[in-house]
Amino acid sequence: MTASGPQVLGTESTVPEPRKYRYRWLWRLRHSPTGMLGAVIVVGVVLVVLLGTAIAPHDPELIDLKQRLVPPVWAEGGSVGHVLGTDQLGRDVLSRIILGTRVSLLVGIAGVALAMLTGVFLGVTTGFWGGWWDGLVSRFLDTFLSIPFIILALAVIGVLGVKGGNNMLRLILVLGLANWVIFTRVVRGEVLAVKERDYVEAARAIGQRSWMIMLRYILPNVTASIIVLGALQISTVIIAEASLSFLGLGVQPPTITWGIMLADGRDHLATSWWLATFPGIAITITVLGFILWGDWLRDVLDPRLRE
Amino acid sequence: MTTYLASRLLQMVPSLFLLTVVLFALMRLGGDPVMHLAHPEASPEEIAEIRAAYGFDRPLPEQYLKQLRMMLRGDFGESFRFRSPALPLVLEKLPATMELAAVSMLVALLIAIPAGLLSAIFQNSPLDLGVTTTSTLGRAMPNFWIGIMLILLFAVHLGWLPVSGRLETTSIILPALTLGTSVATSLARILRSSMLEVIRQEYMTTAKAKGLHQWAVVLGHGLRNALIPFITVFGLQMAWLLGGSVIVEEVFAWPGMGRLLLNSVKVRDLSVVMAGVCMFALVVMGTNLLVDFLYTALDPRIRYSSS
Repeated sequence: MTASGPQVLGTESTVPEPRKYRYRWLWRLRHSPTGMLGAVIVVGVVLVVLLGTAIAPHDPELIDLKQRLVPPVWAEGGSVGHVLGTDQLGRDVLSRIILGTRVSLLVGIAGVALAMLTGVFLGVTTGFWGGWWDGLVSRFLDTFLSIPFIILALAVIGVLGVKGGNNMLRLILVLGLANWVIFTRVVRGEVLAVKERDYVEAARAIGQRSWMIMLRYILPNVTASIIVLGALQISTVIIAEASLSFLGLGVQPPTITWGIMLADGRDHLATSWWLATFPGIAITITVLGFILWGDWLRDVLDPRLRE
Repeated sequence: MTTYLASRLLQMVPSLFLLTVVLFALMRLGGDPVMHLAHPEASPEEIAEIRAAYGFDRPLPEQYLKQLRMMLRGDFGESFRFRSPALPLVLEKLPATMELAAVSMLVALLIAIPAGLLSAIFQNSPLDLGVTTTSTLGRAMPNFWIGIMLILLFAVHLGWLPVSGRLETTSIILPALTLGTSVATSLARILRSSMLEVIRQEYMTTAKAKGLHQWAVVLGHGLRNALIPFITVFGLQMAWLLGGSVIVEEVFAWPGMGRLLLNSVKVRDLSVVMAGVCMFALVVMGTNLLVDFLYTALDPRIRYSSS
């Protein structure tokens, strides 16, 4: 073997090796068309969020009653000024979809981050300490698993109330509360395996505190699973946010979200098909991007998580 | 078998107990219950009187035990919206939800079993590619959006099926298709991968060598073994499906528990919310129990002992 740099197991003979180690993820990405597609979509969605108003052709909140329910440009009666048509108040659908990306992504990432923090904390501590703490959390886990997510969300929102308060924050809380379970389960399982390793034993022997062992020796070894799970959970949480907003329990108007746009579109289904069609396509593309990207990350970082 | 059944039922007790604790905590988090009972201009004396009359001045554990006793008797309090006990209101809607869930599951199985089976047998064929692509896309689409698109196509555009409600026998087709397809995607995926594993087993070769017909091998020896992981996911999906029924019932105005729960959440009719959440959790736990028994029927190697 004359090539320089470290080798990827199982690829020695057939595929030429990447020039530099740190670009290997890029090289792997090039060899996975679906991973590539996912990455392109995710980068695209992030760009849309960052550019936002700069690329929106119209003010998404501008009401123009003379231009109500204009169909998309290719349909009969469509106008070039409104590529994806306008809604019941004459607002530009494309601009609203572009601005709706913000809430979806923000809530998706924040909800997953909250679930991740809670879930990882509980997973690491229960896996490491075991005992009554593990027993208690496991019982809660079973209970949460027996309540479907949306029912749990309904219970929490029912108690907190739909109106008033910061509904974005409430939504993030609900989504975090509903998703910690999966992080705890996966992380706890990994920790149970990692804590039997010799280096953990060694750390104990030299008298390290258990908090230090968890932070320095256990956590870094379960990070790959956490990242992969996080990427995949973003897609779940984006759909959940759209569902709750569609039901009128999530973010409230005038904030623009895809879920609210779909709820509006449903009321005009008989006359204006485009209102309920395009926001759904936007959700599907975004979620698809995160799924493909997450699947690819899993294959690269942690193939054991594969179903 | 009877002892196993008994032990499984006993295992449900801690989960149910914790559920009541979580619900009780949630209700208390929602604010002072006395404020919901007293009229807005009540004097402090009147409020104190109500507090004493309902036992809200007692310590929290004591209040919880009182509530638990009531719940065990099936008394969740009175719905302020309907002015009648909450539990009968929920039970009245149970048949519609179960009917939708059962038909949706049937739809899911009718799609997933042939799709998963064929794509595993003809691995890497155009058919397989079609199934895997469709199932990934299906993962990315919110189920309520699929429902809206089905309404647009079959009810608005073609006029073949009713838009919503539960008045005609054909009314169930669109909601069941919506829920069924969203479950079918993950079921087909899991059946495909477990079937691919089974196909490589030696007993498959033996069965073929015995001169059995190809389909007898696939169905008699292959499918039966591949069904075990499939049933596990099926059980998990049942919880997911019941959660999804809330949103699908709303889209199609299907008069079930989910819709009742949703409308109760919107007006904060807490006794109905609590009764509904408990009922959903019971149905999910019951389904999981049923799935456990399906294992023994499918795989004689799995035997349950009471230990």
